[in-house]
Amino acid sequence: VTVEDLLHRLAPQVLGALVRRYGRFDACEDAVQEALLAAALQWPVEGEPDNPSAWLLTVASRRLADQLRSEGARRRREEAVATEVPAGEAVDEDDTLTLLFMCCHPALSPPSQLALTLRAVGGLTTAQIASAFLVPEATMAQRISRAKQRIKATAIPFAMPPEPERSERLRVVLHVLYLIFNEGYIATSGPDLQRSELTREAIRLTRAVHALLPDDGEVAGLLALMLLTDARRPARTHADGTLIALAEQDRGLWKQDYVEEGIALITAALAEATLGPYQLQAAIAAVHDEAPRAQDTDWPQILALYELLARVSPNPMVTLNHAVAVAMVNGPQAGLDLLATLDADERMAAHHRLDAVRAHLLDMAGEHDAARAGYRTAARRTTSLAERRYLEARAARLAG
Amino acid sequence: MRYMLLIYNNPATYETFSEDERNELFGEVDRIVGELTESGEWIGGEGLADASTAKTVRVRGDVPAVTDGPFVEAKEQLAGYCIVDCETVDRAVEIAASWPDAKHFAMEVRALMSGGEPEM
Repeated sequence: VTVEDLLHRLAPQVLGALVRRYGRFDACEDAVQEALLAAALQWPVEGEPDNPSAWLLTVASRRLADQLRSEGARRRREEAVATEVPAGEAVDEDDTLTLLFMCCHPALSPPSQLALTLRAVGGLTTAQIASAFLVPEATMAQRISRAKQRIKATAIPFAMPPEPERSERLRVVLHVLYLIFNEGYIATSGPDLQRSELTREAIRLTRAVHALLPDDGEVAGLLALMLLTDARRPARTHADGTLIALAEQDRGLWKQDYVEEGIALITAALAEATLGPYQLQAAIAAVHDEAPRAQDTDWPQILALYELLARVSPNPMVTLNHAVAVAMVNGPQAGLDLLATLDADERMAAHHRLDAVRAHLLDMAGEHDAARAGYRTAARRTTSLAERRYLEARAARLAG
Repeated sequence: MRYMLLIYNNPATYETFSEDERNELFGEVDRIVGELTESGEWIGGEGLADASTAKTVRVRGDVPAVTDGPFVEAKEQLAGYCIVDCETVDRAVEIAASWPDAKHFAMEVRALMSGGEPEM
């Protein structure tokens, strides 16, 4: 275990212990960040302390006392902190989940939820988060401080949400983890290292939630979906960063340990838990990952899963993928008919994905001129460089 | 999603503004940049020197030809840009509409290309 991994794992525990003791989430969070930075500098040189979490808690408590003193905080609180420095005391509770609920509170905007989760729960520095999201550090610092102000202003408590809200609030937490993963999975060009840090972090945090809520099928489903998707990372781009379609990937490059873990997770969840959209998406990813070659893919099973997904969680993106599955089982015209239902949908009418999928199905149907035009329209509409290159290449292949 | 807001204006018209009008315009820009910084949407931006100082460079047959003046001759010229990171194109348009040059000239909103695309 590297120092950095250890610090990321301890960050939420130390922060939780500090907030539990002194309240003031915003000040505690700053203090823990400072303690993490101090540890990152000292431990590699001086060696890890015997009790790393107690060390962090002690340093963070001192920083908090300094901060409150310089703020001219009320004397009572100041003395309480200064005299209660819990030297050598261990962290006894895992507050990861409580912190996640707080950082993913619906009162915060999605960018704030992502940023705060990565910092307060993931233990990442503002600079690391900023570089992963391709924004200046000052911008990211502002988002984090705004999120903390909002937590203070709306008096969001440091506590598990009450039972009636809990499952709804857990959906938000899972969605934030999903977005962090997606942000990192966005391919190829740019600072790839920082980006893969986001997928790793999303998987690590989802794993932690799964360990705390092992019976929740959607938590298991999301973790499985991440693993089964990230398994394909080594095969999904050429050396120059251009995307490779799933059907054309070298499946020998897929990370087999991720595939196996993902399949085991989703198999257990489907057998025991209440069905939900992450589980269905993971099941679909598992069917793809189980096929040794693209032509071995069990499309009738994928189609059946999309039919369920369309019922459980209908949305235009699901319809797009559903149409591909329909085309693989019942022929391209059947897929095109399903796609046509999206033409009236304002969210999709000018969306490049609709053009791209339609072009793919026209391609399958042998309508090469229409397919080429569709690929070109999609290439003009996408804001992704990698996808634009991919779509232009598809169009060029049909130019013959 | 990141957007570039391209600021177009006409330097000739701008020169007819009074001192007060110009101060108001600059004050307005400072206020908007302050708000966007505070909201965590501001990525950066710069003003450009006058288009008459531009150089346009073309290479033909490996020979660079440099001419004075902007690539496109027009009354309205690119005067500056800012980059914002916001959740929707509607929000980017709203920011563009609040920029003072939108009242006199025009703002163009363009999405920035990103590295890749999620496949999940």
